[in-house]
Amino acid sequence: MDKYETHESDVLVIGAGGAGLRAAIESSAQGARTALVCKSLLGKAHTVMAEGGIAAALANVDAEDDWRVHFHDTMAGGKMLNNWRMAELHAKEAPDRVYELERWGAVFDRTGDGKILQRAFGGHRYKRLSHVGDRTGLEMIRTLQDKGVHQGIDIYMECTITRLLKDGDRITGAFGYWRESGRYVVFKSKAVVLATGGIGKSYKITSNSWEYTGDGHAMAYEAGAELIDMEFVQFHPTGMVWPPGVRGLLVTEAVRGEGGILRNSKGERFMFKYLPEANKKDFAESDEEARRWVDEVLAGKKPTVRRPPELSTRDNVARSIYTEVKEGRGSPHGGVFLDISYQPAERVKKKLPSMYHQFLELADVDITKEPMEVGPTCHYSMGGVRVDADSGASTVPGLFACGEVSGGMHGGNRLGGNSLSDLVVFGRRAGLGAADYAKSAPSPRPDGREIEEAASIVSAPFDRPDGESPYDIQRDLQTAMSEFVGIFRTEADLEEGLRRIETLKARAKTVGVAEGTRLYNPGWHLALDLKNLLIVSEAIARAALLRKESRGAHSRLDHPKTDSHFGKVNLAVRNVGERMEVRETPLLEMPAELKKVYDEVETPKAVKVP
Amino acid sequence: MSDPSGAQARNPLYRAGFAVTERRDLWWMEPLLTVLGLGVGFGYLTWAAFLGNPEHGHYGPYLSPVYSPPVYEWFPSIMTYLPAFVSPALLILWAPGGFRATCYYYRKAYYRSFFLNPASCAVGKPWEKYCGETEFPLVVQNIHRYFMYLAVVILAFLWYDALKAFTRDGPKDYVAGAGSVVLLLNAVFLSLYTLGCHSLRHLIGGYLDCFSTCPTSKLRHTAWGGVTCLNERHMLWAWVSLGWVGFTDLYIRLVSSGRLADPVLF
Amino acid sequence: MPEQRSFRVFRGDAGGGQMKEYTVETGPGMVVLDAVHQIQATQAPDLAVRWNCKAAKCGSCSAEVNGKPKLMCKTRLDDLPADRPVEVRPMRTFPLIKDLVTDVSWNYEVNKKIPPFTPKPNGEWRWMQEDVDRVQEFRKCIECFLCQNVCHVLREHQKQPEFFGPRFFVRLAALEMHPMDAADRLDLTHRQSGVGYCNITKCCTEVCPEDIHITDNAIIPLKERVVDRFYDPVRRLLRKLFRR
Repeated sequence: MDKYETHESDVLVIGAGGAGLRAAIESSAQGARTALVCKSLLGKAHTVMAEGGIAAALANVDAEDDWRVHFHDTMAGGKMLNNWRMAELHAKEAPDRVYELERWGAVFDRTGDGKILQRAFGGHRYKRLSHVGDRTGLEMIRTLQDKGVHQGIDIYMECTITRLLKDGDRITGAFGYWRESGRYVVFKSKAVVLATGGIGKSYKITSNSWEYTGDGHAMAYEAGAELIDMEFVQFHPTGMVWPPGVRGLLVTEAVRGEGGILRNSKGERFMFKYLPEANKKDFAESDEEARRWVDEVLAGKKPTVRRPPELSTRDNVARSIYTEVKEGRGSPHGGVFLDISYQPAERVKKKLPSMYHQFLELADVDITKEPMEVGPTCHYSMGGVRVDADSGASTVPGLFACGEVSGGMHGGNRLGGNSLSDLVVFGRRAGLGAADYAKSAPSPRPDGREIEEAASIVSAPFDRPDGESPYDIQRDLQTAMSEFVGIFRTEADLEEGLRRIETLKARAKTVGVAEGTRLYNPGWHLALDLKNLLIVSEAIARAALLRKESRGAHSRLDHPKTDSHFGKVNLAVRNVGERMEVRETPLLEMPAELKKVYDEVETPKAVKVP
Repeated sequence: MSDPSGAQARNPLYRAGFAVTERRDLWWMEPLLTVLGLGVGFGYLTWAAFLGNPEHGHYGPYLSPVYSPPVYEWFPSIMTYLPAFVSPALLILWAPGGFRATCYYYRKAYYRSFFLNPASCAVGKPWEKYCGETEFPLVVQNIHRYFMYLAVVILAFLWYDALKAFTRDGPKDYVAGAGSVVLLLNAVFLSLYTLGCHSLRHLIGGYLDCFSTCPTSKLRHTAWGGVTCLNERHMLWAWVSLGWVGFTDLYIRLVSSGRLADPVLF
Repeated sequence: MPEQRSFRVFRGDAGGGQMKEYTVETGPGMVVLDAVHQIQATQAPDLAVRWNCKAAKCGSCSAEVNGKPKLMCKTRLDDLPADRPVEVRPMRTFPLIKDLVTDVSWNYEVNKKIPPFTPKPNGEWRWMQEDVDRVQEFRKCIECFLCQNVCHVLREHQKQPEFFGPRFFVRLAALEMHPMDAADRLDLTHRQSGVGYCNITKCCTEVCPEDIHITDNAIIPLKERVVDRFYDPVRRLLRKLFRR
């Protein structure tokens, strides 16, 4: 086989978005020799797409907020399937992480008295999202990037990892290739932190970039780790639907947080009729009440009335829009209308600058004058590698995960804004966990045969110059997933989806590189990503088939109700002898004390500020 | 990969040479218009200054901005020490001329159009050597703020002249001719230009890192905000004021020579 | 009936290359990056291009379209003249890797030379929105490096070893104007960053996809701060007189 270069470290972090950068910063601060690999250039990771804000109970705007309410909202949003310990740590530590970002140079928008400003978001009882206009993710990644480059982390850009290397049971490094030259590279490392993000490229309409091919999910699965909650794929309610080239592009939830109104083609404000009975009481009953809430918030006052119905959780809003369109009340291009144009133009431009430009430049729509057309778009994977809440450790020794690739934190549905806070809270914890583990782990000793095997898989597409085009296979997979494993699911559809995935798996084995060399060859790169896409797609479909109920982001038309049995289990996916096994695993039992906190918060009056 | 010094391999697509570009738009139009505009504007003023004016720019209560403030009237003896070709206007014009020559907007304009350095974006240029504003003489551009101080002083005189132009027969008898309005507009346009100066913007508040912590903060932030507002249109006011100064001088020149009647407005 | 348009895309690597012609089916609202993707998926699977977000938020897909530095994801086909093929070339200030991909690693090296944000030791972390409006403008930068690409000091004169380029003047300005930053980067700005090479011809501002007023709001204020310390004769005299 070809020669390969080798780099050695204590901790190898794969992925340089918010979670990966935060993990690397922490690991390096703990004295571990830390390497950071990413598929793109540094600072281009998907985190830059996060717009609305970072959720943390700072209580700068609503003094009643505290970690307990945040914990409650997260668990309620996740339909109680969350790993309670993660939700607890997240709610308690998010404020510290936000202040830490500020001390590293992040510049958040301010309140009138000079504190970090917070905005309202779906599923959050109080105004909780610290933000910078609608480019919070960019602010976060730039802050972490600038902190990271001065910390002595070895950064390897445009390098794709294709396989985790093992020494017996434990992780001992990773194998990959340079995108630029196509040459192989082996990272010997005592611990590996996965921070590879999500799986959105399995779907046709997605807000995710090309990078989101489920690499971390698939590599962890192949290395023997357990994936949980894979059936829960979040469809963001508001993606662009027109023009075709930008279909799926995210329209931030901040539009609704700032008072955006959803209407169907008949002009009805339809969200009123889709509010779930359970928390209907938290939302406005009428147009007047909702408008008053917006007026009061705009005036910087504490609202005296309830929130607009558009601020329901994402799963619910996405289903509602889908239903409206399906029942023939959609907009001309198959979405619904989202309207912020009733507010002063200057305010819209100040609070939602990138949305303003995005619509003006890409869709010829001036959002200060006319409504946007929006529809659901695949956005986030709640499912991922099962991890220990405190350390980010997976079930494989030496393998850690944080951010979107990890599972458990968000349960059945993620609240907007909880992702950015997840990245920094658990990025830090995984960095700590990995550095700590590396202290007592043996020197990495990758097995030469395993490396050779990994290399031969990577070079295989070059042996099939007449093989199938990877672009065709990816397109067919995306179609299958969108059609049969989408927002609403049935047993028959899921089974059809799985049949198609099987066919595609066979086709993927014949994929070839028709043109070009190893030098920066996107066709070849995609051919190698297909395997990961197929593994995560299969995991989603299999888990979705098994969960015979509707809960959170998982909606079964043939099982439209929640089933208390499934409320007690997470579905776990494992690789058992080259076969994908899905089994029910019991939820972690929430301690009585925390249960009490949850119940107290349930009735808002019982909340006390410490 | 780049080597540590930063020296890089040339991209094979790079081609050197003047006007080498793949742009297809009329990139040469802007520098061409700038050459014509600056040529006419500064050409006229230079011509006017050397030519002089029998009345030294006076006509009734009007005084041409080219002759204001009239230092040669305060110190008439100066003129006797100077060679004959120096008109009194030259004693004054070096200051506003220097202000404009070192102005950040004009620098952009003439570096592009006269020096082709570069003529336009992503367009090749005729020079291989380049030292920017790091060496003499261009390093002198850094004293722009001193010309700004002078320009502000002169501006005060021009306002005085503009107001005086409304007093035809003694200070109590206000009569406005068209020339009074021309002079008033001259002061207004020059203010819009001068008070939008980048150096002024820095000195009046831009140098602060935090507006809300210093005691005079509100005032400074407001002042900085005002200058910033004008600064955003610095190019516009640079052109309008340049043109209007020339026009003002021409107007007074024409009425004082009797080739144009100055209509009384009210 | 879908319309068609022809494209000429640079194909080649550090050793050289040529423009290759492709025909693309166009649709409403289509951008240049859509066309490049279509060429990739149907005609040239190995056509190298960088991209991530396709929403002008990541700054990956920088290139030169009809000779002008642009983000391909933001360049609409209906804004380009239809009578001639659309020409797409890589940025040419940076070494070429392949097709539309260039080696921009030099920029990351420059960033390392700039001392990071250094918080004041005992400051209170409170400030007003108007204190950070300026800094927030600079922090909009998505590091597409189009400003670095178009700047003649780098593009024509290759002053990389002694000139940081507009992107990093923006970065310097963001740090220097931060209300809570305690580090002093003025010496660096004057002696190492090469701000004096900038002749404020504003091409960086013209190409910035984020509409950052790079020259007026970042570079000129930095130049003025440098004048305060290094050129203003009166201030220098005053400093000499009152130093002790």
